[in-house]
Amino acid sequence: MVKKIMTGDIAAAWGARLSKAEVIAAYPITPQTIIVEKIAQFISDGELKAEYLHMESEHSAMAACIAASHTGARTFTATSSQGLVLMHELLHWASGARIPVVMANVNRALAPPWNVWVEHTDMMSQRDTGWVQFYAESNQEVLDTIIMSYKLCEDKEIQLPVMVGLDAFYLSHTSEIVDIPDQDSVDKFLPQYTPMYPLDIEDPLSIGSLSMPHQWYSEFRYKIQEAMDRVIPKLNQIEEDFYNEFGRRYTGPLELYNTDGAEVVLIVSGAAAGTIKETVDIFRKKGIKVGLIRLRMFRPFPSEELNKALSKASFVGVIDRSFSFGHEGAIFSELKASLYGAKHSPLIKNFILGIGGRDITIDTISRVYDNCFNCLKNNKIDNPVEWVDIKV
Amino acid sequence: MKKLEKLSSIKDLSEAPISNVPSLNQKTGTWRVFRPEIDKDKCIKCSICWRCCPDISIDVDEEGFPIINYDYCKGCGICAHECPKTAIRMEREGK
Amino acid sequence: MKRAGIPTEEFIYSGHTACPGCGAMLVARYLLKVLGKNTIMNIPACCFAAIPGTFPDTCLGIPLLYNAFETTAATASGIEAALKIKGKKEKITVVGFAGDGGTADIGIQALSGAIERGHEIMYVCYDNEAYMNTGMQTSSLTPMGATTTTNPVGKHGGWKTRKKKNMMEIVAAHNIPYAATVNPSYPMDFIKKIEKAKSIKGPSYIHAYSVCPTGWRYQPEIGLEIGRLATETGIFPLYEFENDTYTINYKKKTKQVIEYYKLQGRFRHLPEDFVKEVQRVIDKEWQRLQDKEECSHR
Repeated sequence: MVKKIMTGDIAAAWGARLSKAEVIAAYPITPQTIIVEKIAQFISDGELKAEYLHMESEHSAMAACIAASHTGARTFTATSSQGLVLMHELLHWASGARIPVVMANVNRALAPPWNVWVEHTDMMSQRDTGWVQFYAESNQEVLDTIIMSYKLCEDKEIQLPVMVGLDAFYLSHTSEIVDIPDQDSVDKFLPQYTPMYPLDIEDPLSIGSLSMPHQWYSEFRYKIQEAMDRVIPKLNQIEEDFYNEFGRRYTGPLELYNTDGAEVVLIVSGAAAGTIKETVDIFRKKGIKVGLIRLRMFRPFPSEELNKALSKASFVGVIDRSFSFGHEGAIFSELKASLYGAKHSPLIKNFILGIGGRDITIDTISRVYDNCFNCLKNNKIDNPVEWVDIKV
Repeated sequence: MKKLEKLSSIKDLSEAPISNVPSLNQKTGTWRVFRPEIDKDKCIKCSICWRCCPDISIDVDEEGFPIINYDYCKGCGICAHECPKTAIRMEREGK
Repeated sequence: MKRAGIPTEEFIYSGHTACPGCGAMLVARYLLKVLGKNTIMNIPACCFAAIPGTFPDTCLGIPLLYNAFETTAATASGIEAALKIKGKKEKITVVGFAGDGGTADIGIQALSGAIERGHEIMYVCYDNEAYMNTGMQTSSLTPMGATTTTNPVGKHGGWKTRKKKNMMEIVAAHNIPYAATVNPSYPMDFIKKIEKAKSIKGPSYIHAYSVCPTGWRYQPEIGLEIGRLATETGIFPLYEFENDTYTINYKKKTKQVIEYYKLQGRFRHLPEDFVKEVQRVIDKEWQRLQDKEECSHR
């Protein structure tokens, strides 16, 4: 076990290396580039035995990963923004084929206008594709989650691809202290990959053929949801094993920060959680009862866990660092749906923050909390979906 | 892997769409409008008919004569057209 | 064991749903006779994706991976890379089998990348000269003069007047180690070329002529005769490109294009002066191919 100062991109590369990914098919895009450069360096130096494919596009990169996984190799890729959305067709393909692939996505805004800074719309807009989705808060979490993701996606009861999101620049290019687990421990934790239905000349199969309306397409799609339903219990198990092996504890799809007794709770994904935790500490010192729920896993959506965590909150402020045009923030919509019919129904408001990498500061969050308390006092939401910090 | 035959519910399915049942259960011979008939007197056992069948529905017996597998023959007529001795006649089905 | 000049073993089951007289089936049949059991094939959206039948049936006796339309060469790359890293590539042939649309249009980016990366894969384009699976729409490999459902003959012409893309030239420009045209009407030549492509330690490209009675509108029984005319008129020359050298395998150009056109409904509408223009173009291209052969052998 070695502690090193490294950026999120480097941590992601280490995650792939420690997991002994065998085929890496990737295409460069800012701010993911350091991930693939570091992996290429590992391979050049003989520190990772893998095939690195210089793919001609992200769409082809995902195709090659899916194919390599079918053939029996553990695969890894990384992308961001435009690259992720270019892969969209094949994201659906990977989950439909029930193929394990782990991908790091550096969350970045979509063009036009061009913008390389953090936003979650790229990954949010892929929420229907049947991938398990994580949003990391720290570089350590990026590394650890990649390793755990392999254990999750390759489990024969799951067989779903996983994407691990890390915020552009705030994580990808910002250095933090990261504990690099030792290879032997990871080997013990992570067994070798064997595909469920391998491409095997001794037992030929045709994988992915035509299927009719009356049989059995619907059933195959239903199976994807059945697998999704098994993810959270499986993740809890894996995190328990991870704690036992590496001594670091993760708390499933949610991280609760000072939610006990909190009147106003904010929900957020990604690195902005750090700033909000600081703000919570400041408010709590003044005796103001606020808390934070960091949404670590967005797919499958942890409805049960959220309902339980919010069972005593009076007001929930959902921060979306993305937007679903024509409606509202995605986390906001899905939380409201979760709470529909629940015994306890807090007031809920949507705050759209940090679009295109606009900074989220303690001041911003303080104003958000103040606004929540105001609404709570008047028992009325002033503006259900508020784009905070838009220069009006 | 076990052959995915006699599927009646979701429980019988593989986890992902995997096909491993040979298509031999689909008797495409029912598509035919014309059927090839071999004239053994003219046949020189060259096997060109066997070679040019897209449905692999011509086999060759121990003597070297072609045998049409009428379960699968779609009646395209390529064998009749390619036979160097016009030893294959296309007859209308149902006669 | 051989019969009528080609290996006897089959790797395709009857009962598949190809049209009667399907040229692509003969391409696949001869291809697999050479490649044998130690083959992994991947196929995009195309006629051949529907031909093996519906789940859980399959007409192929080798492992098959269906892939998204654009990705045939990228998928083959992924399979090859995985086999390589697992130390299993030595005895297994990876073959991407795609139609003309999936090769020259939507699939060309992936093909270009795969050849450039030098993967040890065989790429076979079965060219039936249109998007046949979806109803005979124009592709960039639809020949000049042909009518399709998106180049329908109307009051003001409408048939395709543009030339076919030359896929052999495109792959040659990538410095591919081996590329060849094959035609099921010439089975021995077909078999020989697949054997050569199989032995290449790098990418190889096979452009296969694939007759289509449904799309080209002719009675299925004359399929192989049309194939012979394609080569005899110079419309589909049989040649190889190996290590920067061109070799024409069938050196006779003895028929006029009108003989080829007469037999197919998709050319029925062509006026005489257009046919003359096509003849001129084919003659010129044949001359250029002969020049390339001479030049490259010097």
